[in-house]
Amino acid sequence: MQGKPIATLREATGVPTGKLAVWWLLASEIVIFGGVLASYLMFRLRHPEFGDFAAHTNPWIGATNTLVLLTSSLCAVLAHQAAESGNGKKAAKLLWFTVAFGGVFLCIKSYEWYVEISHGYTITANAFWSFYYTAAGIHASHVIAGMAVMAWVAMTVARGNELQRVELVGIYWHFVDVVWIFLFPLLYIAK
Amino acid sequence: MADHGHDHGGHHGPDHYIKIYFVLLGLFAISVAGPVVAEFMPEGSGRLWLVLITAFGVAFVKAYLVCAKFMHLDVEKPIVHWFLATCLVFMVLFFAGTASDVMKDDGQNWVKTAEIEWHQTSEAYRAKHGEGGHHGDAAHGDESHGEEPAGGDEHH
Repeated sequence: MQGKPIATLREATGVPTGKLAVWWLLASEIVIFGGVLASYLMFRLRHPEFGDFAAHTNPWIGATNTLVLLTSSLCAVLAHQAAESGNGKKAAKLLWFTVAFGGVFLCIKSYEWYVEISHGYTITANAFWSFYYTAAGIHASHVIAGMAVMAWVAMTVARGNELQRVELVGIYWHFVDVVWIFLFPLLYIAK
Repeated sequence: MADHGHDHGGHHGPDHYIKIYFVLLGLFAISVAGPVVAEFMPEGSGRLWLVLITAFGVAFVKAYLVCAKFMHLDVEKPIVHWFLATCLVFMVLFFAGTASDVMKDDGQNWVKTAEIEWHQTSEAYRAKHGEGGHHGDAAHGDESHGEEPAGGDEHH
């Protein structure tokens, strides 16, 4: 079989199939992250002592990571804009910047977890820390997945191929950013 | 792009996105500064509202800006909005369906005795250590509060 699979370019719904698939993926992610956040919110409202445990998280580290992810989102949308202009090399460069910011986010997160675990705040310490590590861990795994896909897309678009993928991986990355926008006040601010 | 159906990004230059980024940074600064200012406010002087609005209210605005402007949902086809709305509605349904189990101690023909005991102990703990609780080092420092009551539901 030669050429691209027909699904790659088909637009039966008016939305390119690849983009439609990404939106479906994110729709399912809403239920995953929404479920975790909603459960946390229920426990947080019911158990005021969660606020005492949350006092041990470091809001400045959380804030720094918010800044890092917002900046990475800017790089991702600029990469999309470059791809729309047909500039694959610029798009690839901006995607690599996005990947680098993702790496910075993970390094900061690793340091934060190292400090917390060394103080005895492990996933089994209590329900708050269980939620904390679960929510942040699922989010971090999405960051890692996004970085891997983005690196692969960057290598492809640097050769001027498959420029539409820049938007697809960008949409996913922005979603990861949106999740963190809600995780930040829930885990770091609400004491 | 030849095989790209919707060139949303082509409608705006980089300056447009950089402006939105700076708006997001401004909102981010508010969301960090609000709770810091609230720390210096006395209890009951709108402190809770300040935190709720600056931390959580602003989070919704930031999320809206990222979704609408960076993900281009503002110009996306209605079918995508329907996908997302459907999942959000399901999430709210799941929340509503399970909230009573978590947020109530009793209901029709059921009572969570372990949960009630837990709250009694917790209230005693808070009375002893003050409203803010203790902020000691060890996460296990208050073992009686460190574990959620497991299997605490007793059905009558």
